[in-house]
Amino acid sequence: MHIIVCVKQTPAGENVSVDQNTGCIIRSGESALNPFDEFAIEEAVRVKEKTPGSKVTAVTMGPPQAEAVLREAVARGCDGGVHVCGREFAGSDTWATSYALSQAVKKLSENDPSVLVFCGKQTNDSDTGHIGPQMAQWLGWPGAAFVRKLEAVDGKSVRVQRLMEDGYDVVEMPLPAVLSVIKEINTPRIASLKGRLASKKAQFPKWSAAELGCDPAKLGLDGSPTSVVRCFTPPQRASNTVKIQGETAADKARNLSAALKEAKIL
Amino acid sequence: MDYGFTQLQTEIAQLARELAEKKLKPLRAKADHDEKLPMEVVEEYRASNLFGLWLPEQYGGTGGGVTDLALAIEELSKACGGLALPIATSALGGMPAFMWATAEQREKWIPALASGEKLFAFALTEAEAGSDATALKTTAVLEGDHYVVNGSKHFISTGEVADVYTVAVTTNPKRGARGITLLLIEKGTPGFTFGKKEEKLGIRANTTYELVFQDCKVPVANRLGGEGMGLLAVQETFDYSRPGVAAQALGIAEGALNETIPYLRTRKQFGQPVSSFQAIQHKLADLATKVEAGRALVYSLTLAMDKDYLKAVENALASGASVHDELKKLKTRRWTKESAMSKLFCSDTAMEVASECINLCGGIAYMRDFPVEKYMRDAKITQIYEGTNHIQRNEIAAALIKEYAAG
Ligand SMILES: Cc1cc2nc3c(=O)[nH]c(=O)nc-3n(C[C@H](O)[C@H](O)[C@H](O)COP(=O)(O)OP(=O)(O)OC[C@H]3O[C@@H](n4cnc5c(N)ncnc54)[C@H](O)[C@@H]3O)c2cc1C
Ligand SMILES: Cc1cc2nc3c(=O)[nH]c(=O)nc-3n(C[C@H](O)[C@H](O)[C@H](O)COP(=O)(O)OP(=O)(O)OC[C@H]3O[C@@H](n4cnc5c(N)ncnc54)[C@H](O)[C@@H]3O)c2cc1C
Repeated sequence: MHIIVCVKQTPAGENVSVDQNTGCIIRSGESALNPFDEFAIEEAVRVKEKTPGSKVTAVTMGPPQAEAVLREAVARGCDGGVHVCGREFAGSDTWATSYALSQAVKKLSENDPSVLVFCGKQTNDSDTGHIGPQMAQWLGWPGAAFVRKLEAVDGKSVRVQRLMEDGYDVVEMPLPAVLSVIKEINTPRIASLKGRLASKKAQFPKWSAAELGCDPAKLGLDGSPTSVVRCFTPPQRASNTVKIQGETAADKARNLSAALKEAKIL
Repeated sequence: MDYGFTQLQTEIAQLARELAEKKLKPLRAKADHDEKLPMEVVEEYRASNLFGLWLPEQYGGTGGGVTDLALAIEELSKACGGLALPIATSALGGMPAFMWATAEQREKWIPALASGEKLFAFALTEAEAGSDATALKTTAVLEGDHYVVNGSKHFISTGEVADVYTVAVTTNPKRGARGITLLLIEKGTPGFTFGKKEEKLGIRANTTYELVFQDCKVPVANRLGGEGMGLLAVQETFDYSRPGVAAQALGIAEGALNETIPYLRTRKQFGQPVSSFQAIQHKLADLATKVEAGRALVYSLTLAMDKDYLKAVENALASGASVHDELKKLKTRRWTKESAMSKLFCSDTAMEVASECINLCGGIAYMRDFPVEKYMRDAKITQIYEGTNHIQRNEIAAALIKEYAAG
């Protein structure tokens, strides 16, 4: 089985802030692996460890310095990586990005149907969560987002739990398939010493649009149907906090259970 | 300070620091409270390749030496001196196994030691044989192709959890020190059971057990070196392992300071941060200076030792002889004095630093839910095991007097 994990280099830090006036991301200068992609890598590596004869390849699309996240992916247990890189990709929105990435996935899978693609849930900069589902669309493969658990996987199919607002769905699909995972899925390991050493030596092929056989019209600004009108940080959602009062701890517990019953939670 | 570490060694320290922060800190209070070694920590060490730091790549290690090991132990001990132990004790049990093994024995035992698939432990101490290891009474009687072992060991670190025990026995009680022999005894061998689990002051995140041997059959093939070579193997092992205890002590001292200084900066009395009082500042300066002096001693020692150790390992792999035999050919094969100095100085420093950190923080540091008192409890063991500090002083003095007698 070929396991492919999509990783993106984003500004370091959990939450990226936006300049209210310009609408631009405030970049601290430091870049890092998108925090959500740590979970995608970990899950990919775990599947590899459970599946004899499988390998994990990391894919990133980004400028030359984005190669650093491929190194980190190797340090964390991936076998190798490819770098989708070139001026022709600049200015791509999520639709164009997912097209380019899906072309890379196609090239990596070379008609071998035993392919499982992992994405993170979203990024900490653009934050859309589009890429996974859009890639599935471009590829014509089944997919699932918000995956919180892999129940079973073999070379032919995968069964996952997908988080929903009111519980979770169990979804089974044949391979090849594309999954976007949430951070509840695992606890990423610390990159091992051997991984770190391998990552220093690793070489990553750079794939241009031509090598990927991309239609130039589907890339960059031309291939991006979205246009950014304005960027702003939405106001924080007001939380409806109810403080449960009571004289003693027992009173408070009684009032809490009454309130929960009234809300039909209990 | 960087004492001239290789890129790999810097990487090891970085990795161990991350593990300490992300994996050990969240577990340490519970492990200390429950007096249990959480196996997920061992899993993390395995997955991170920390068991083979001092073993050759040929056996699955990363080809380093005592420096690599000490750096990892120091960084992990900053979070918890107890949780760091599986790496240190597996090295302590593994060192005589690796250094005294024949090429054939290396093939059999070392890959599992290097990967951490099997944890090793070291069993010398008995109820009647502590500082005087030569008084040990566990016997091994040769019967055909195996030994029959009877007796018991106590205070064995990582006991019960570890898979392979490097056990000092006597194969010839009449010969005293020259009758001591090392055997590798695997958990699960019939006749080998675990006795009392100790309840301890510190390093409670590590299990300390009694080992009991009753007519336990051990293959002759599990013997390290010849009969009667055990004490020499133990002494040689301590040369290489005591800097590890020193590194553990330093990590504990640094960890205590890491918890203390930020608190002193935020704690206000008399309208100002406690860290602004000169009496406090001077104490911090003295403590930090001692810690760095300890690091300078440990790492200049290990970097020097590693030159010979790595040479001997390389030669042993080429010649098929034991590492010990190759070490014998090198001039500076023994480091007893410097190694004892490193453990003596760093463990006394750790005890002083951890205890002073409580004084510096005040009453809060006496409480279990503040992370400082544990460092003092954990520091204490470094003055005791692998030879008490009295014994370290004895060894340093014996070496000194010998040097002067030789003129
Ligand atoms: C309207 C719009 C216009 C944009 N215009 C530009 C522009 O002009 N110039 C520019 O540089 N950027 C631009 N971007 C940003 C760029 O399109 C996105 O960063 C990219 O499409 C990924 O989307 P995302 O960060 O929301 O990823 P998400 O969909 O939130 O990410 C989900 C997962 O997909 C995978 N993934 C995401 N991006 C990559 C990648 N690059 N390589 C590999 N895997 C990946 C990761 O696994 C990630 O966890 C624009 C974005 C939008 C929404
Ligand atoms: C938590 C813990 C873990 C341990 N782990 C291991 C392990 O994994 N494997 C193992 O084999 N052992 C282990 N030990 C045993 C440890 O190495 C011994 O406790 C130590 O060597 C001291 O021996 P003892 O306790 O019998 O003290 P004793 O030898 O009885 O010493 C009592 C006192 O007399 C002093 N003393 C003794 N002889 C002299 C002398 N000649 N000159 C001056 N003072 C002297 C000692 O310094 C000490 O103060 C462990 C001990 C502890 C507490």
